[in-house]
Formats: sequence, C-alpha cells, structure tokens
Amino acid sequence: MERNLMKGNEALAEAAIRAGCKCFFGYPITPQTELSAYMSKRMHKAGGVFLQAESEISAINMVLGASSTGVRAMTSSSSPGISLKSEGISYLAGSDLPAVIINVQRGGPGLGGIQPSQADYWQATKALGHGDFHLLVFAPASVQEMVDMVVKAFDSADKYRMPAMILADGLLGQMMEPVSFPEINADVHDKSSWAANGHGNKRNHHIINSLYLKPDELENSVTDRFARYELIKENETDAELYLTDDCDILLCAYGATARVVKSAVNSAREVGIKAGMFRPKTLWPFPVKELNKACASAKCLLDVEMSMGQMIDDIKLAINCSKPVHFFGRTGGVIPTPAEILGEIKKIGGAV
Amino acid sequence: MTTEILLAGFGGQGVLFAGKILAYCGLMDGKELSWLPSYGPEMRGGTANCSVCISDKPIGSPLVLEPDILIAMNQPSFDKFVNSVKSGGKIFIDSTLIESKCERKDVEAYYIPSSQLADENGLKGGSNMILLGKLIKETGLFSKETVKKAVEKAVPPTKAKLIENNIKAIGIGMEN
Repeated sequence: MERNLMKGNEALAEAAIRAGCKCFFGYPITPQTELSAYMSKRMHKAGGVFLQAESEISAINMVLGASSTGVRAMTSSSSPGISLKSEGISYLAGSDLPAVIINVQRGGPGLGGIQPSQADYWQATKALGHGDFHLLVFAPASVQEMVDMVVKAFDSADKYRMPAMILADGLLGQMMEPVSFPEINADVHDKSSWAANGHGNKRNHHIINSLYLKPDELENSVTDRFARYELIKENETDAELYLTDDCDILLCAYGATARVVKSAVNSAREVGIKAGMFRPKTLWPFPVKELNKACASAKCLLDVEMSMGQMIDDIKLAINCSKPVHFFGRTGGVIPTPAEILGEIKKIGGAV
Repeated sequence: MTTEILLAGFGGQGVLFAGKILAYCGLMDGKELSWLPSYGPEMRGGTANCSVCISDKPIGSPLVLEPDILIAMNQPSFDKFVNSVKSGGKIFIDSTLIESKCERKDVEAYYIPSSQLADENGLKGGSNMILLGKLIKETGLFSKETVKKAVEKAVPPTKAKLIENNIKAIGIGMEN
C-alpha cells in the first residue's frame, strides 16, 4: 500500500472525507488549524460542504443540524474551543444524533498554551456537557491511527446513534509520519427511521429533540440510552498490550505519551526491569477487562500522562485499587522524556 | 538504530523544508520516520526548529532533545543547541551567519559558508539545501538518487520549477 507523508491533522481530515463525511463546520485554533484548512481545500471537490462558522458554538450547532438530516458531519477544535462546544455536544447526545468531534488538545485551563497536552481527559470521558451522557472517545497514538480511528468513529457513532470524539493532541496533529489510506468501506446505516430529511407527506414527520418536560419520559429516554451504553462497554473497548505477559511494573499511557512510554519500557527491559505497557485506544468505554489482563503479573502500575493525573482515576476503578498505582506527569505543554520516565520506573522498581 | 536530526534557524530559512526532504528520503527508502516542527510564537524572529527521526524500527517520541546531527543556520540556534548534540555527533554550520566555532572536542563540526555559496550561485534561499547536501555527503544517510526522488516528491507540482534549483544546491553542498 502506498505510504504518504502527512501531518496528523491533514491525514485525519482526508480519512474523514473518505469515510463519507459530507459536512465539516469549523473555526480556527492552534494546533488544529491544518485540519480545517485541509477540509477547506478538499471538501467541495469531494462533493461536500465546508463552512467556517463565526464561532465554535455555531459550528457544533451546524453539526447538529446536518446530522439531523442523516448525513455524516464533523467539527474539530482544540481544548478551549471544545469547552465552547460542550452545550451543543450535550444536545447531540440528548437528541441521539451521531457526529464526530475532534479535539487536538493543548495546555489549559483557560486559554492555556498551544503546546501538546492531555489535560482534557476528564472533560472527554466524564463531562463533555451537562446531563447524564457519554461520548465514544478514541485515543490515537500515531498518524496512521488518526486515519483508522476517524473511520471507526463515524461507523460507531452511526451504529449507536451518539456523538464520538477523537481525543488527539498537538504533537499528533503537527507531526508527519508515513500513513496509508486503506480501502475504506464505510458502513452504511439506514437512518430512514429517524432522519429529518424531507418526506413529501409520504410518512409521518420525524422529530429531533432533546426536551422532555415530563420527568418520567425524560427518565425513560436516559435509561434507554444507558442500556445502549452497557452494550458499548461490553463490545467496543480496545487497547494495546505491550510486553505485559511477565511484567513486574505496568505502565499505563494513551495517545502521544504512550509513544514516549514505549521507548522507556524498552530501555527498562534493556537494564533488566520487567516493564510492560497498557495503552487504551478507547478512553470511553475504558478497557477494564484488557487492563486487568495486562496487570495480572504486575506488582504495581505507573500511569504517565501529559496532565496532573486524570486517567489514573479510571485505572484505579478498573482494578478496584487492588494494586498500587503510581503517577508521573508533565503538564502545561511539556512533553515527558523517555529518560525521566525511565527514572520513575527505576525509582518505583526499587520499591517493589 | 535511530538517527535523530535537529534542524534550526530563523523562520523563513527553510528549516522545516530541509527537514521535510530528509523525511521524504526516509519514506523513499522504506524507513520508519517522523517529522515534528516547532510551532508557536518562537517562529517569528527567533529560532524555528524541526525534529526528524529516521529508523528501522517504529519511532517512539518524535521530539529530538539530543540530536545525532544538528544543522544550525543562525547564531541563536547554534548557541541554543550546540551542547545538546550527542557525543560523537555531527554539526553542520552556516559559517556565513555563525561566527562562533564549536569548542566541543567530542563532536564533528563542519563549517560551510552556505549563505554565501547560495548567493554566489544565484540560488537565493538555497542555504538550507547546501547544508543538507553536506550532511548527506558526510553521514551517508541516503544516496544521491534517494535525495533527488525526495526533492521531486516534496516540492508541490505548482512549484515544479524549484526542483532543479534545490537539486543544484544540494549538489553544491555535496562538493564542498
């Protein structure tokens, strides 16, 4: 298969178009802007719509409108812009609408910085808006996975009628790597039972809505949705397990950080420390079974993030705090180095 | 084995493009590789830089902190990165713009008046490619054919007339 050299942001945009995305609504923000720029050049040639909205809030509501008609729609931004989108994301979830939202994370809180970060884990997995709901959250660790996961995100969003997020970061968005575009056979989902796409009076009209004034009706709609979430937790988790079969210390990391951690794990093995790595590819649903399998032989875990420690909560819950979970993180846009992670492994290794 | 390369200079000197040529060389030779630009306010006036990793194995962190090879295109970049180069590494210096000499004895420093050579040969802005040519010659990382193919691939079709000049500049670097 042909290898291309592309930035993560551009490769993701190309893959989205190939996956049948017909509407893209965006608003520029570093380090995500190449994604919108690529869409602006390519989308109209692919028979779709590119529109630069007047704000992030406007863009997410355009996604809601487009998705209501049954077409594949996407928006992208970086951390502060995602916060602005949160109201619309909650409405998408409440209306059972599929959509794909890209977050190329940068440092926060506030306007924060523009360098890579993973400080939006809690936001993505726990509270991307008000109300009882979840998004499917995918965490790519390479430019190739930016491609593969956006295709998966569109398919899963349609399958479960819910929004999906790609939680990337500035490093993955800005870097170039060889990437291939596999033959994409995007799933075709029949949306005729719900899409509000014109009916010429030949059927009853469809209503897309997230407002329920009777509590029992709202409760029913939420519990129905949570029954679907249980199915998703059962079937949609995904993780990479690296050198975990005999590991004494299990490192946990996702996204770009996992690349650095993998180098550190290899260095640890070279000096005789049995280290392994667990890398969740889905952050929601969190790969609970996979983590328990990965840490079976481990005496302790070391979670590494570009944040002050957010995924560590899910790790502790997943193993029911049955083993010590240590943490090492850099934040504010600082990327941890393999050497400092190896230092942590040695420090903890000595205490095992 | 992974070769880690850092290219640094002013924004506008073609630091990112030179890195891109190296990345395309890796692509042409079927290697694993990564290219990571610095992005942000430092790109205006200060130092812009670019990390390139070439390897036979998948690349871990694409951020180069201790390069095997440094291309320094201006004084601030030289000052900032000269001490980060691995022992036994190589440094390629535009001696038209950088007055300092490398005081380290554990690295190999090459001084090429690349800006001057570019001007003399009517290759405005070709200093980056001249340094790249020198790098290819001294490290043997890639063959001349690979570099030619990489340039043809990296230059967008709308600017095809620049291919010849870039290849010429690389040739000058390889001769010096």
